[in-house]
Amino acid sequence: MHTKSELLPLDNLKPGTKGVIDEIKKNGIDETDLMEMGLIAGTPIRLVKFAPFGDPLELEVRGYHLSIRRSEAKSILVNCSE
Amino acid sequence: MSTQTQSKKPSAKKHIDIALIGNPNAGKTTVFNALTGLRHRVGNYPGVTVEHISGMLLDSGKQKIEMHDLPGLYSLVPKSLDDKISSDIITGRSKELEDVRLVVVVADATNLSRSLFLVTQVVELGKPALLALNMMDSAEKRGLTIDVDILAKKLGIPVIPICACKNKGIKKLKAQILTQVTQENGKFEPSNFCFDAETKNILQPIQSWLQSNTSLNNFSCYAEALRVLSNDLTLENWRTNLENNQFAELNKTVTEVRQQLETKDTKWHRMESELRYRCIDNIYSETVTEVNIKKDHFSEKLDRVLTHRVAGPIIFVLIFGAIFQSIFAWAEVPMNLIESFIGWLGIQIAGIMPDGVIEDLIVDGGIAGVGAILIFLPQILFLFFFLSILEDTGYLSRAAFIMDRIMKGVGLSGRSVIPLLSSFACAIPGIMATRTIRNPRDRLVTIMIAPLMSCSARLPVFALMIGAFIPNIMVGFLTLPGLLLLSLYLLGILAAVVAAYALNRFGSKKQRPSTFVLELPPYRMPSIRWTFLQMWERAKIFVTDAGKIILAISIILWFMASYPKPATEMSSSQAIKQSYAGQLGHVIEPVIKPLGFDWKMGIGLIASFAAREVMVSTLATIYNVEDADENSHTLREAMRNETDPDTGKKVYTPLVALSLMVFFVLACQCMSTVAVVKRETNSWRWPIIMIIYMTSMAYVGSLLVYQGGLLLGLS
Repeated sequence: MHTKSELLPLDNLKPGTKGVIDEIKKNGIDETDLMEMGLIAGTPIRLVKFAPFGDPLELEVRGYHLSIRRSEAKSILVNCSE
Repeated sequence: MSTQTQSKKPSAKKHIDIALIGNPNAGKTTVFNALTGLRHRVGNYPGVTVEHISGMLLDSGKQKIEMHDLPGLYSLVPKSLDDKISSDIITGRSKELEDVRLVVVVADATNLSRSLFLVTQVVELGKPALLALNMMDSAEKRGLTIDVDILAKKLGIPVIPICACKNKGIKKLKAQILTQVTQENGKFEPSNFCFDAETKNILQPIQSWLQSNTSLNNFSCYAEALRVLSNDLTLENWRTNLENNQFAELNKTVTEVRQQLETKDTKWHRMESELRYRCIDNIYSETVTEVNIKKDHFSEKLDRVLTHRVAGPIIFVLIFGAIFQSIFAWAEVPMNLIESFIGWLGIQIAGIMPDGVIEDLIVDGGIAGVGAILIFLPQILFLFFFLSILEDTGYLSRAAFIMDRIMKGVGLSGRSVIPLLSSFACAIPGIMATRTIRNPRDRLVTIMIAPLMSCSARLPVFALMIGAFIPNIMVGFLTLPGLLLLSLYLLGILAAVVAAYALNRFGSKKQRPSTFVLELPPYRMPSIRWTFLQMWERAKIFVTDAGKIILAISIILWFMASYPKPATEMSSSQAIKQSYAGQLGHVIEPVIKPLGFDWKMGIGLIASFAAREVMVSTLATIYNVEDADENSHTLREAMRNETDPDTGKKVYTPLVALSLMVFFVLACQCMSTVAVVKRETNSWRWPIIMIIYMTSMAYVGSLLVYQGGLLLGLS
């Protein structure tokens, strides 16, 4: 069966969406900061919510909650299967 | 084959250092307290401002084991000053703590996957290490079963399951520590599991260079080679530890390997994280069984309210509103008590001692100076009480999460919110609270703008000036005095925004802007014992370190206001006029004249460098009004009636009052703040820059208000 999947930058996800990290692009950000926290290609991830003023956002990854800014989140491509 | 540093036999040395490290929020502090009790020692790492807490684990006649609680970190790749200290000590680069016999790593069992990143890094150093797996009960409740024996076998270090907040497993942990420091590492032999043959092959040139040119043990060379290859910060860290030509050699070797990898389209900067997590995922799947995983519903449900789009910010404002209100309301009683006690003490001592210089020095210089220090203590204690509870529960991270968007606007991050809010009560605890900011550049900018938040000490001055010169008329639904007071607070915030922007733009460019990565830990119950311990430590640091400087300045100010002694009996207002302070007031009069101030206000300004609220008592002395405070009608009347002897015009006008208030909003007039900034930045450079930039802003601000007002025909 072929499931519909979509590759989206993390900051374009709707709160509550689950997915798997496909790639972290190097957009002038220090990706090692993110990778050391466990954001690695192939890791399941869930976007929990955006902060009250729209930025930063809250993720669930590897069983804990992490907050990063939109500017960094847009470098993370997520494979969302529905 | 044993490759680790076993040549270092447990020596006859009586004093053994061991290190305690772990991720932030892993419960490291609780473990430290459980192991060492209250036998703590707080110091500073030489040259830096990060606190160094150590405690005795064992102190028998024969042997002393001192445990060093290192700042929490996620990885041995240093990102902040905190990280660098921990990582230098663990990797043996630190000159202060060279011989760490054992590294105890604390990891959160509910967050094992990410915790293993640091754990595997430590294991690969080849030093004797042990893992204290904390919060085992929470992990079980969540449906995670961790096979501790398999984990220990996989990692090659002993693993002790504990539950520090319930004191479970602590005895076993202590026993294991003692075994490991007194004996060889036993049956455990760490493995450098992350490296397959292919990786070792890639790392070989760097590894062999490190092996033959540094003191690293054979075992850790692969791990260090991988870190140096993947990360420029680690490579840069070697620059300070190597000779120039040696560093050039290392740099060349690393660059060659990188170039080689690039031709094969391998992304070298990702190598460490990817390899490590691949290996962690393997360990995890073999040691952890997840049955009926229950998420932390409590925290997520609570967050549905506390970080809600509408409710979140409202609750944030309510919580901090309540805290500041209680700081003002509750701290007032002990502050008054301290004030009366100091006054009483002065009278008592004056009564016992013979009149003379020594008596004046002790009573008006020494005791008054000590009073100026102690008066801030209640506010500091209250603020740290609340901050510590908010931090322990996990709410502080949420506050940073909510406010980050707003702080980003001025180039800071959410972590600066709490210190800046605290500064509205008093800049001193605010500046001390900047230690929670991990990025050193953000921390410095926050320290530099914190005194612009209008603190409670400005209030007496505002109250006096507004009460005396601003008519109580209604403007819309606010009174003019109320509106003016609000504007003064807003002016301070505006100035802080401008200063933050300027400091970010022109100052300290060397520091890289860091990625904002903030863990939102589960909500937990705070530990009251730790809260009080922290309050005590902060208070001690404030009184002893900042206190010395405050005392010195008070004595200088006392001297200037009392000397030269009047030759004949004269009133205190005349005495102050001919004192050094009075003479200085006359000297600076030409400078402050354009702001609308006369020499008497000049004396007040000089004296209020010590503390802003001194302005009121100084003016009272000059106008010779006994027992004046900001509500005193006699002082207000004396000021209203004051006329210039030459022109016959009134000295104080509403415009002068406004100019003076603007000066007080912007100027750095608090020696306690200066002393704390000196302590927190460990140099005189930043406090001096602070005095200069704030005083310049105050001068220009007052000049614009006064001269602008005159041009508009106000007087």
